[in-house]
Amino acid sequence: MISANNLANSGITPATGQRISLAHGGGGQLTDDLLASCVLPRLANRALNELLDSALLPGVERLALTIDSYVVQPLKFPGGDIGRLAVCGTVNDLAVCGARPLGIALSLILTEGLERRTLEDILDSIAAAASEANVCIVTGDTKVVGRGQGDGIYITTAGVGAAGPHKLHPDAVRAGDMLIVSGTIADHGMAVMLAREMPQVQSALKSDVAPLNHMIEQLLRQVPGVVFLRDPTRGGLAGVAADLAARTGLHLTLLEENIPVRPETWHAADMLGIDPLDIANEGKIVVVVRPGSVDQALDALCADKHGTDARIIGIFGKQNDGICELRTCMGGSRILQKPYGEQLPRIC
Amino acid sequence: MSAVILPHTEGQTAKSLRRLTIAAKALSRPVKFMEVCGTHTMSAFRCGLHSLMPRNVTLLSGPGCPVCVTSQGDIDQLIELAKDRDVTLCTYGDMLRVVGSEGSLEQCRAEGADVRVVYSSLDAVKLAAENPHREVVFAAVGFETTTPASAAAVIEANRLGLENFSILASHKLIIPAMRALLESKDVRVDGFLCPGHVAVIIGAAVFQPIVEKYHSPCVIAGFEGPQIVAALARLTELVVEGRAGLENLYSQAVTEEGNLAAQAIIKEVFTPADWQWRGLGKLKSSGLTLRSAYAKYDARTRFNLGSPTGRENPGCRCGDVITGRATPIDCKLFATACTPVRALGPCMVSSEGTCQAWFKYHHVRTPKKVEAGS
Repeated sequence: MISANNLANSGITPATGQRISLAHGGGGQLTDDLLASCVLPRLANRALNELLDSALLPGVERLALTIDSYVVQPLKFPGGDIGRLAVCGTVNDLAVCGARPLGIALSLILTEGLERRTLEDILDSIAAAASEANVCIVTGDTKVVGRGQGDGIYITTAGVGAAGPHKLHPDAVRAGDMLIVSGTIADHGMAVMLAREMPQVQSALKSDVAPLNHMIEQLLRQVPGVVFLRDPTRGGLAGVAADLAARTGLHLTLLEENIPVRPETWHAADMLGIDPLDIANEGKIVVVVRPGSVDQALDALCADKHGTDARIIGIFGKQNDGICELRTCMGGSRILQKPYGEQLPRIC
Repeated sequence: MSAVILPHTEGQTAKSLRRLTIAAKALSRPVKFMEVCGTHTMSAFRCGLHSLMPRNVTLLSGPGCPVCVTSQGDIDQLIELAKDRDVTLCTYGDMLRVVGSEGSLEQCRAEGADVRVVYSSLDAVKLAAENPHREVVFAAVGFETTTPASAAAVIEANRLGLENFSILASHKLIIPAMRALLESKDVRVDGFLCPGHVAVIIGAAVFQPIVEKYHSPCVIAGFEGPQIVAALARLTELVVEGRAGLENLYSQAVTEEGNLAAQAIIKEVFTPADWQWRGLGKLKSSGLTLRSAYAKYDARTRFNLGSPTGRENPGCRCGDVITGRATPIDCKLFATACTPVRALGPCMVSSEGTCQAWFKYHHVRTPKKVEAGS
């Protein structure tokens, strides 16, 4: 969401060291840094520079195009797997730009030795998620790399969608607009982290990975005052909120006590010393809405099974400082920033 | 679905804040308390505590973040080991980004070093058992809270008869650091917010000599914002009363004598040694080294590392920050050359570090200028 121009002025220093580190893939400040210093200078154009979830392409009809790669480990985790994630992630990136998914291109990179059964399970999951989202896998590609050159299976999905009449853009956000989150945060990231790092821990945590296009379609159809949508994936709610404040130049105040977090998610994050606000979601959206449309928006979200816990969590203020402030449960106040990179547990 | 469930009620917080405000009004001079635990640092910033404090009460962050107090020499040794192609270096996540004289473990990993983030010391032992042809080294860092786990790892490796496991120990003891601070002439601390986790292991009673010898009030507290506020209220009241007392507000977890089993396992494996701290210099009997019975698990001898040397970045004031002599904004590098994305000092690297907490969380109003030292 940070534009190339924004980044150049942000004072963020060039990527640490001369090699790519895991932190560059964390969806935080280092990912922004890599895009700004390495990718955008070489590939810049009007559509790409917007850095929205999908590019809106000019043409006879406005088209939305998006692409994403999935390298999650473990391949299966409570609540989903890499296949469901690959479909939902791309469907949601189209949907938050107001586009109706038309088709998905699927690229599989398999590692030599992958069990056929695992592949079949993941493909079944892809089919089920696509059917849930009412979209087809219309083309694809498969490659196999040697043992040790990959990690089971990597998936890339590209999605094309028909852009609707809605102009959803952060530039339209103004003071007084409200921020809504469609449900509990951090469920996906914590479920995957626990499954990967502490498989021995029994937990009720489940990823929230789900296609949100039907919910978003209803929201946009019923509520005229929706200004902007975003799915808080890597970088979490903090990443989206801090980006929105920076990009609009407005002061965004979030109320911690309104932000829904499941107790089991909160405790897992607390145990690992990680802030739930920094953790990825795969079945939630953040909605910026005009103050007069807030109730309508909540009604529309709550009517969908993926939006039953929707809450108003913040408001854009008049100060032009571009800061996101969190009013804490205790009544204190602090700045909310985009996370750095890889989420690491604390020592003590 | 419920929102964040915190183990406190709003009423308790308000009550503690009111007590703190009333006690602060009765103070005859501004006071500075110090916490010596990274979790307290983080928690205080995360709940926006500093924006709620009375003007004349300041909470400083002392030498409680394990990453921050680790000397440059110890960090350099870790990086030297990581660069050894025969070594798999296991570390807790926080150490990954700490910058030594030449790069960090994160950079070493990107350059091909086998550096693994583990969540438990026993994961490193398991890795050693599964990879008999690799040298597995565990970066044993932290205060008394993490030491029992390192001791358990050594005992387990010994039980399994592993020949390829060792630890690079830089474990430290909190009491010598508190003494050193109280004995230094240029640091004034009016009382300590004592670390709940450490106290679970070492017990409440060991803080008593601090109270008696230095007349410094000590209050042991848990880690939720309201628990910290309650402890600060109590510390302020003790100053107002002119009484140096030891109080345990975390009695649900902390006993007088502490966790005897954990103490026994530490004693079985480690023995106190003089140790180099960032910001505090070399302190007598302030660190732990492996006893001779377990000497073969000492990575320093195993890899012939010699004594740690290493120069700190001359502009970096982490040493002053963790001893309360300076606040992050007093450092010229803070938020300019040194940011979480490109951290120069350990206090900016660690998620528990004071500089990162200031950078990340400091409340929106202009930060209250804190006078460092006395």
